[in-house]
Amino acid sequence: MLINQIGYYSLILGLLLSVLLCGVSIKDFNNSSKQINQKVLSLSFLQLVFVIVSFVSLIFSFINSDFSNETVFNNSHTTKPLFYKISGTWGNHEGSLLLWLLVLTLFIFLFLIKSKQQPKKYRILTLLFQQIIIIGFFLFVLLTSNPFNYLFPIPNEGLGLNPILQDPALAIHPPILYLGYVGTSIIFSSSLAAVTQNYVSKEWSQHIKKWVLVSWIFLTLGIMLGSIWAYYELGWGGFWFWDPVENVSLMPWLTLTALLHCIAVLERRSALTSWVIILSITTFTLSMCGTFLVRSGILNSVHTFANDPARGIFILIFLFVLITLSLGIFFFFHKENNKNSNNFFWLSRETSILINNWFMMYFLSVVLIGTVYPIFLDVISNEKISVGPPFYQKLIVPFLIPFLLFMSLGPRLKWIKSKIENKNSLIITFIISVMLTFFILKNLTTDLLFYTVLVSVAFFLLFTTLKELFIKKFYNISQTVAHFGFSLLILSILFNSILSSEIITNIKIGEKYNYNKSEIFLKKTEERKESNFNAIIGHFEIKDQSGKIIELKPEIRVYNQPVIITSEADIKTTLLDDKFLAMNLVKGNEYFNIRYQVKPFMVWIWISVLLLSLGGLMSLFKKKYEK
Amino acid sequence: MKNKFILFTVIVAISFCFIIFYKGLNNSNTYTPKITDKKNIPIFEAKDFNSNAYLNSEKIFEEDIFYIINIWASWCVPCRTEHPLLMKLSKNQSVKLVGLNYKDNLNNAKDFINEFGNPYSQIIIDNDGTLSIEFGAYGVPETFIIDKNKKIIRKFVGPINEEIVEKIESIIK
Amino acid sequence: MKILKIFIIIFLSIGFSQSKSDEKSDEMKSKILKNIRCLICQGQSVYDSESDFASSIKLTVEKKINEGSNEEQIYEFLREKYGDWIIFDPKLNKNTYILWLLPLLLFLFGGAIIFKRLNSKK
Repeated sequence: MLINQIGYYSLILGLLLSVLLCGVSIKDFNNSSKQINQKVLSLSFLQLVFVIVSFVSLIFSFINSDFSNETVFNNSHTTKPLFYKISGTWGNHEGSLLLWLLVLTLFIFLFLIKSKQQPKKYRILTLLFQQIIIIGFFLFVLLTSNPFNYLFPIPNEGLGLNPILQDPALAIHPPILYLGYVGTSIIFSSSLAAVTQNYVSKEWSQHIKKWVLVSWIFLTLGIMLGSIWAYYELGWGGFWFWDPVENVSLMPWLTLTALLHCIAVLERRSALTSWVIILSITTFTLSMCGTFLVRSGILNSVHTFANDPARGIFILIFLFVLITLSLGIFFFFHKENNKNSNNFFWLSRETSILINNWFMMYFLSVVLIGTVYPIFLDVISNEKISVGPPFYQKLIVPFLIPFLLFMSLGPRLKWIKSKIENKNSLIITFIISVMLTFFILKNLTTDLLFYTVLVSVAFFLLFTTLKELFIKKFYNISQTVAHFGFSLLILSILFNSILSSEIITNIKIGEKYNYNKSEIFLKKTEERKESNFNAIIGHFEIKDQSGKIIELKPEIRVYNQPVIITSEADIKTTLLDDKFLAMNLVKGNEYFNIRYQVKPFMVWIWISVLLLSLGGLMSLFKKKYEK
Repeated sequence: MKNKFILFTVIVAISFCFIIFYKGLNNSNTYTPKITDKKNIPIFEAKDFNSNAYLNSEKIFEEDIFYIINIWASWCVPCRTEHPLLMKLSKNQSVKLVGLNYKDNLNNAKDFINEFGNPYSQIIIDNDGTLSIEFGAYGVPETFIIDKNKKIIRKFVGPINEEIVEKIESIIK
Repeated sequence: MKILKIFIIIFLSIGFSQSKSDEKSDEMKSKILKNIRCLICQGQSVYDSESDFASSIKLTVEKKINEGSNEEQIYEFLREKYGDWIIFDPKLNKNTYILWLLPLLLFLFGGAIIFKRLNSKK
């Protein structure tokens, strides 16, 4: 119980520190010294410490199953394994807000430490803008989402955590995702600070680029972790459902990627200053907007949090205050710089980056409109429609074709003015890509024309990036690795989708199911008891066309608190394919319903995202070996 | 001038979005369809509970009277709580109750009726749930009011309660 | 620029034609089931759900396929019973013109801005 008090008062102290920090740093603003008063750094560190203390207190309450704490009561249970008691801390609305605060305060402290070369007024303003966000979140937590509410009489047992959330990938998915998602706050704050100081320049872009990269890398990895979890826990072998919560994490990623590319232009040509600021503001605004959509109950989804309109109103107002503030600052302070530098030649790297942004903004608009349109329609005309995967696929996939093409050609262009070199080798590579694709696909799919075009350009990107990697002398290798990763991602997704197969059937113990010269055999079932669930394990032997046998052991689990029945698929992963088997009970029957899928190249999807992130990581450390 | 125009459009757009989201918060996000256009009852053939014979939907709803269709099952726990209210409604002269036995075991269903009483003038069987889909049902229990023009005019998802019974009684007067 | 726009239109039409080529009944059934929302679940499709409602829908769709209905007829049947909300693919009707067209308009708008910027020296 004392822990709860410590946690709660730490939050209050953190909030008070925000106010103090604002006061001290404003005073320091007009001070003539070039460095920020050491007090500011110490106070910022102290604020971080208080948030950490609060967060750790909550973790302790979870570990000790302290049900006098309402959040622990609502989300935990004594029989939960320790690892999930800990990760349950941030798997709920209130706890995840502490994670928000943690990343917000951590990033501003790290920013202050790592920006000592930057102009003092700019640093102070960044701190101030970030504190506005921090204060907003402290108020949000303390007023509407207190993780330290006291329950009396103290219940003996908690309500438990949804078993599908008790999973290692899901345990680390929020922290990693938030480091990216919430990390965009620092880009927001520093961009606003730069605008007021007329500091949106080459020097600023070199400094802010690291922060953009860090957020981007974590956001990419965080989204990947969420997909991996969805793959083996939700749905049947799917990894992306265009669910509102997923879309909400994808949108800042799209703008962040666009921003990453624009920063390069700002660095080289001191151009696109307004657009960079707009993108910075938009990225964090989308993060906040996403927080609103997911936590207010306005959307219907598999993984929305607390459905509480009161919280929704707070975030909505907070969100619009931030938007108004940032746009106000932009319009008031921003000076259009030298007109000339914004003129690009048609064939140049700057133009190809503009084209990248053009497509990114289009993809963003598809996802954004698809996600929020049902809300608008419902309010305006009281009609409810669903916008699901077919919408996104139809609008996005065709545009990938020119996008991949530009991605192959763009990096080959030089800055300012260029011509396409080695036209012949490019054309030959393109022809090879098309022929290879046609040869592979001709017996595989009924939609030959469309897939051939799409896969060809993906191969084209793959080959052009591969060539860069091996033939050229490591010029801009981080970009090449990232683009290579992207081409691999598209190819893996496409081939996985074309080549995947699935069998759904009912089977009982001892029975063999034959199809296509392959056989599924349910040898026996076994029962297993764990601390918070009972499981029925099916021992399956699958014999493929060549006679090879693999064993798969999917489970049906009956959890004790809350009482939920889940199906845990068993997946055998190799570089070539994933074999995915899930089983369900059939009501009132000795039969089991099974779904068996063979999913080629599944693991390459994750590998290619790792390559993407690797590219970003390499860019972060590239000053050592590159120009 | 151009900047002022952009600023103005942006302010208008943002205010618009704010208002929409604000109103959207107050709307429920679970869809309970109101029956705005009255739908005709589906045409179907279903097995009778007692006689095992196949009955035509026209025959079931042939009288010039209000009908209530109630989807129930012996394994459905909320059905037990609403059952006494159904018994009460069955005494109302202006309506006849038709029961739709949903994905049930015949013997268990018969035991249920014997134990709790039979409010239905007729019971038909829906073994696989497809008949309920024809009515646009979500699951069990669910209750529909059919007017004298053989149109579905109201639907109640979930077990009925006193308040709903009052509503029904005022509609069928 | 014009070439770009033509390319885009061509690629879009290829994309839309993709949806007309499913032949096998199983493939069609899976495709349909993935496009139907399970109304008592939070955001899952009927294909992904094991609930009662989803099972009933699966059987109904199977029956209709065996009776010879095509994909659009089955969607129309379900829309009539449950409203547009049950189908994940928003049909192009008066409610959804903006939904489908706005992204494309924005794309063209973005293209126009870039075009102007690249040509402004002249």
